[in-house]
Amino acid sequence: MTKADLVEIVYEKVGGLSKKESQDIVETIFDTMKDILKDGEKIKISGFGNFILRDKRPRKGRNPQTGDDIQITARRVLTFRPSQILKAFINEDKA
Amino acid sequence: MTKSDLVQTLSEKISTLTKKECEVIVDTVFQNMRSALHRGEKIEIRGFGSFTVRVRRAKEGRNPKTGEKVSIPEKRIPFFKVGKELRELVNR
Repeated sequence: MTKADLVEIVYEKVGGLSKKESQDIVETIFDTMKDILKDGEKIKISGFGNFILRDKRPRKGRNPQTGDDIQITARRVLTFRPSQILKAFINEDKA
Repeated sequence: MTKSDLVQTLSEKISTLTKKECEVIVDTVFQNMRSALHRGEKIEIRGFGSFTVRVRRAKEGRNPKTGEKVSIPEKRIPFFKVGKELRELVNR
């Protein structure tokens, strides 16, 4: 499933929207989520999951190819924690 | 930000849609993403990331209280891999 498939689903299932409008709104959903995460704020989508930002301290690492010690810099990473509902749902038997 | 904050923001950004319509659309999007994962389908949102389903094999476990063996059945887990663009955006 791609963004284009989601646009098609929104167009077919939600009445009264043009293809263009369906496309704009799906784009806007993900753009808005990106903006929020960029600003360092987490997102909670009930029934789906939480997008959480974690600040990682710098740590020592190694270049696996050369064996050289390197410093892995401090960074902010995004993780997804699926909701209980999503976890249970994907384990349900297919109807 | 919660789902209702997202709905609110959308209805402000897209003036032709009511809040109720935005809510229906947001619910439709996440419901159908859930269904895709239920079917075992991969979801790829370019610039954002991809969602896949990983399978945890069935394994033997133990009840930590009684020490009894229990069998843990195979389980499917949703997994998100952040896209390059978003990974770089959040780390700025």
